[in-house]
Amino acid sequence: MALLEVKNIRKSFGKSEVLKGIDFSLDKGKVLSIIGSSGSGKTTLLRCLNFLETPNEGTISVDGNIIFNAEDTHRMSDDEIRKNRLHFGLVFQQFNLFPQYTVLDNITLAPKLRLNEEKLTKDEKKHRIDCITENAWELLKKVGLTEKSGHYPCQLSGGQQQRVAIARALALTPDILCFDEPTSALDPELTGEVLSVIRDLKSSDSTMIIVTHEMDFARHVSDEIIFMANGIIEEQGTPEQVFDSPKSPLTRSFLSKSIESY
Amino acid sequence: MEVFLEVCSRLTDGFINAFFLFILTLVFSLPLGLIMSFCTMSKFAPLRIPVKLIVWVLRGTPLMLQIFAIFYLPGLLRLFVWPQMNTGWEWFDSTFSTRFIAALVAFAINYAAYFSEIFRGGIQSISQGQYEAGQVLGMTKSQIFFKIVLLQVVKRIIPPMSNEIITLIKDTSLANTIAVYELIYEAKEFMTVDGLIWPLFVAGAFYLIFVGLLTILFNHMEKKLDYFRS
Repeated sequence: MALLEVKNIRKSFGKSEVLKGIDFSLDKGKVLSIIGSSGSGKTTLLRCLNFLETPNEGTISVDGNIIFNAEDTHRMSDDEIRKNRLHFGLVFQQFNLFPQYTVLDNITLAPKLRLNEEKLTKDEKKHRIDCITENAWELLKKVGLTEKSGHYPCQLSGGQQQRVAIARALALTPDILCFDEPTSALDPELTGEVLSVIRDLKSSDSTMIIVTHEMDFARHVSDEIIFMANGIIEEQGTPEQVFDSPKSPLTRSFLSKSIESY
Repeated sequence: MEVFLEVCSRLTDGFINAFFLFILTLVFSLPLGLIMSFCTMSKFAPLRIPVKLIVWVLRGTPLMLQIFAIFYLPGLLRLFVWPQMNTGWEWFDSTFSTRFIAALVAFAINYAAYFSEIFRGGIQSISQGQYEAGQVLGMTKSQIFFKIVLLQVVKRIIPPMSNEIITLIKDTSLANTIAVYELIYEAKEFMTVDGLIWPLFVAGAFYLIFVGLLTILFNHMEKKLDYFRS
């Protein structure tokens, strides 16, 4: 069974319908890239998965459990939303690191706060905090920033900040890690380091959804590609299918334009 | 020289009272201002609109008038009378007199109105991305506010806050309009009783020195928070 199943997601802002019925599923350990021009609804879709927007219609299930159903959102308490959204991690275009915390604290802050919700003895708590810190060091090693652990975000380059943001999202061990144009705010020479971290994650079997404008990267890292246009999935398939023999004229024209721009 | 020392000693007494009024006003108006800023940002109109009206009135009328109103109106309208402290400790009871308490209430709500607008500006200047980053990491609303947003707000509002706080120490002199004993009250005593004008200027020096210390303190706080940029 698919890890993630998205059914008939619709989302409107006022009168404009941004998502017009999105259906897709994603298997565990697979990487899905969502491409499409600005305004096609890619980012909105990602934000719906992370509960930053509430779809008007549709359901989202993870591992067979429905975690969102537009028909009974009113029954969902803030606590439930918080619990459900932890199936997903999100890496933002603008990194959104917490400026007043060091790199290490950025990574450990949320896991430590979660400890407050469990009833733990002093010793247990201390042990768990040690685990969280140890895990954070592991993650820093993964993104190659152990020597920056004590730095503040303003002392890092954009690429380094984004790598910290990835480590921060991973610290909560989400089932599915989402990236919202992770390299769009970076200078061209800094995109490589972020993309290579994402590539490493793929080899460690993480399930990922990547909204990106980096066509070359999407082609090589993805198991599946979704091309969105005007709020619907215009075309979907393996990278070979979508990039080499696109069926839809919209996909063809989008791809030829994005390749031209290189 | 003897007269000068006498003046300084009595002005110090007056200043201590002004300082109490100053510090207690801050103690009450800062949290009250924060609560009021939440109200003015609330989506819930029955909370937002009345508080906005209150802020309008408090900022739109002279503080001196508000001090009069708060001291005299409750009695005139036969609502209540301001309580007289009765601890038996004479210094305490005379310092925190009925008049002092009325003035304190007036200062606290007046400054809360100004602070609430500064807080609102600070809170609204924090990027939405900070809230969203906290949300996707599973934090509660209060965790996001206290662990992420608040310190960034504090950093941003230190300059406008220091302005208001500096104004406050000088505004405490308005309390002498309802005969609260404080620095200017004492200085005016020298004028009316002894015919001396210069103690007023010494009183001015008291304010000046205190504001100097406050400025150093605020600069220090700004430096302390210089380690991050938001």
